Amino acid sequence: MHNHTPRQGQERFVAPAVSSELPALHVDTSHPPESQWKQAWKALRRNWLFWFSASLLVIILFVVFFPNVLTSVDPRSADLSHSLGKPQAGHIFGFDRQGYDVFSRTIHGARASVIIGLLTTIIVTIIGLFTGALAGFFGGWLDTIVSRGADIFFAIPLLLAAIVGLSALNNVWPDRGYWGGVFAVVIALAVFGWPQITRIARGAVLEIKHLEFVDAARSLGASKWRNLFTHIIPNALPPVIVTATVSLGVYIVAEATLSFLGIGLPPSVVSWGNDIAAAQPQVRSGDNLHVLFFPAGALAITVLSFMLLGDAVRDALDPKARK
Amino acid sequence: MVNQTPLLEIENLHINFSVDKRQVHAVQGLNLTVYEGQTVAIVGESGSGKSTTAHAIIDLLPGTGHVAQGSIKYQGKDLVQLQQKKRRSYRGSHIGLVPQDPLSNLNPLYKVGAQIKEVLEVNDVVKGRDADQRVIELLEEAGLPDAQRRAKQYPHEFSGGMRQRALIAAGLAARPQLLIADEPTSALDVTVQKQILDHLDVLTDELGVAVLLITHDLGLAAERADHLVVMYKGEVVESGPALEILQDPQHQYSKRLINAAPSLQSERLASRERIAARESAQEHVSEDGQSLTDDIMQIQNLTKVFKLPGKGFTKTDLVAAQNVNFDLTRGTTTALVGESGSGKSTVARMVLGLDAPTEGQVYFEGVDISTIKGHGRQMKFRRRIQPVFQNPYASLDPMFSIFDAIEEPLVVHKTGSRSEREQRVRQLLDQVSLPHSAMNRYPNELSGGQRQRVAIARALALKPDVLVLDEAVSALDVLVQAQILELLNELQVELGLSYLFITHDLAVVRQIADNVLVMRHGKVVEQASADNIFTAPAVEYTQDLLAAIPGRDIQLAG
Repeated sequence: MHNHTPRQGQERFVAPAVSSELPALHVDTSHPPESQWKQAWKALRRNWLFWFSASLLVIILFVVFFPNVLTSVDPRSADLSHSLGKPQAGHIFGFDRQGYDVFSRTIHGARASVIIGLLTTIIVTIIGLFTGALAGFFGGWLDTIVSRGADIFFAIPLLLAAIVGLSALNNVWPDRGYWGGVFAVVIALAVFGWPQITRIARGAVLEIKHLEFVDAARSLGASKWRNLFTHIIPNALPPVIVTATVSLGVYIVAEATLSFLGIGLPPSVVSWGNDIAAAQPQVRSGDNLHVLFFPAGALAITVLSFMLLGDAVRDALDPKARK
Repeated sequence: MVNQTPLLEIENLHINFSVDKRQVHAVQGLNLTVYEGQTVAIVGESGSGKSTTAHAIIDLLPGTGHVAQGSIKYQGKDLVQLQQKKRRSYRGSHIGLVPQDPLSNLNPLYKVGAQIKEVLEVNDVVKGRDADQRVIELLEEAGLPDAQRRAKQYPHEFSGGMRQRALIAAGLAARPQLLIADEPTSALDVTVQKQILDHLDVLTDELGVAVLLITHDLGLAAERADHLVVMYKGEVVESGPALEILQDPQHQYSKRLINAAPSLQSERLASRERIAARESAQEHVSEDGQSLTDDIMQIQNLTKVFKLPGKGFTKTDLVAAQNVNFDLTRGTTTALVGESGSGKSTVARMVLGLDAPTEGQVYFEGVDISTIKGHGRQMKFRRRIQPVFQNPYASLDPMFSIFDAIEEPLVVHKTGSRSEREQRVRQLLDQVSLPHSAMNRYPNELSGGQRQRVAIARALALKPDVLVLDEAVSALDVLVQAQILELLNELQVELGLSYLFITHDLAVVRQIADNVLVMRHGKVVEQASADNIFTAPAVEYTQDLLAAIPGRDIQLAG
């Protein structure tokens, strides 16, 4: 089987000695150490999607906190003589049916949407992370209760549930004012939104708790709680953060939908959802569409910014999902 | 006479990957010739470019990989110059592939037979009913018993070895003249590996198919191939007749590779070194005057039964370990050897106290560890016995810096002040020969071997008496593996440690173990000193395991 005279192209060949020193003990110190978070940040910085969405969000947040810098017109002062007025100097987006200044209302409407989106996401993430982590880590009856509970809430469509909940609330607490109105929407969305994060967190924890470094920590005698908080939860964070960022946009849309249906924020609150609802006659008639266009456009840009940011964060935190 | 035109001729092949607009050279200036009916092996460590070369031949380079220069001539025709569509027509019909991982290379949604039939139909060999018949013949040919029934089963109903046979059947279905086998057996147990490779040899001989074997295992390559190509960092460092290279390596790298290969090592040399290590380790132990008993651990009748869901609502018992008995003498190494599913890791987890045994006891210095209750006593026991796990990628928390990882045991056990702990971490890094500059790095910035050193340093932090090494060197390249084994031997001598060494690789055992337990299906089938296991294996299964070590029969010069 073994040929003694090698055939052409198969003669003995020995490369000139190369430095084949083992890399085993050399540590590259040419660049500063990189934790996973730092690496993610590095990847994020190189992504134009991140810069694009981040700059939009900076503008949006500026509008949320300092609306008066951009407009001095009161969004609640109506002048019926200007009803459905076209854009003009000093009122660049024109007037709506009630004679409100559309530009001022679009600017002031940002606050309700963004605050509801942010608050709902924060609450949902905290509840979801802890219920999911505990269920995944301890398993057993706790897991059964949390998982089945999550399933029940998950089975009810978010919007439908919020509609029912908020209508019921209207009967017992009709005049909520600005913060009462915001609070009610946040709670309605959070109560039905947490199972999504719970599931993600539980899945991540289930995967991580079987990794060898967790067993190694157990062999040290480290307590369960130490394991959970120092090893498991930090490693489960990336998928949770990604889901949370993407769902922020979803909650903003949900708020607008609820307000559009007349059960979200009270009509007295300046919000994009309410303004879109007020513009309904224009959708039917097809005239004076500027009344609809500006609040709807602002909503779309805000939601798009959060969704794009979510995409960029996903690329940075989960390189495997990248194409 | 033999046909003198080569079947495959690769000249000056360069393969690049584009990363961030830079070109990374994966393969540089590779030359390779394969003649009809020959077996040629490419050997190299991970990252040497061996698989990249294989993928270039069948035009399956992943991602941004591309041939930057050179030619790949198949029967005189340069595949690199061909249009993609034409190039593709060579796949399957002229050049077949047996991929590396039998678990992920069969589609779980389709029956195995249908997946082989697809190869036949795509390559216009036969269609329809005839193809079904042919599939069964092919599976039989690949050595799969009861092929008629098996063809109608799904991949999950197959064992690893059976799946690999199915993949061989698929690779050979369209009767290619060249078969590329990319680490075809590295996911399989040694005894299965031997069966599969033996069968592949017979089959390719019969069909006159040339085989390009890609492997990290020098012994395996030498045993199976006529011509050998050794690759290192994308370049060929040595090539020529397999036996000649093995007996008389010229290049510094091949020399080192052959020296490190556990299966090729001179048996007497390895055991002589081992005996010297054990004697000084035991000397160290008696100097310390700490030998309360000769056996630091005694394992008695250890049994573990897992309850698995059976039919309907019943549970069936899975006996993972049954009546395992052994003593671990201070300053020595006991190896637990077995193939996957033999229960060796289950025993390790029980010894570590991570799982409770169903029956039997683990005694540590005469104390049954299941009776150690209370936080204080538990912690005292924990610091005496520490694990090092298999996967250097999963055994360190990716969020922890190297310093944090090595310091953690000291923090958990509230040992010393902050500066004392830092001092200890430095000392531990010295012990495992890692530079102090590694301290503020993160696991993903280190190589596999370096991580395993960190895992060892961490395990040593609390000055344990026993280390449980669960496949601690199995995931490493040969050269790195040899280094780590050497380190473990040194540490044993220096610190008087006792090791419980769990492995599937009998070849490695000789370099580290004094006593060996061979496990199969949860039972210990043979228990003897390492020397006896190698020179006079009593049980047939042990003999099979030894015979399956690739390259064992090759006579090395010197």
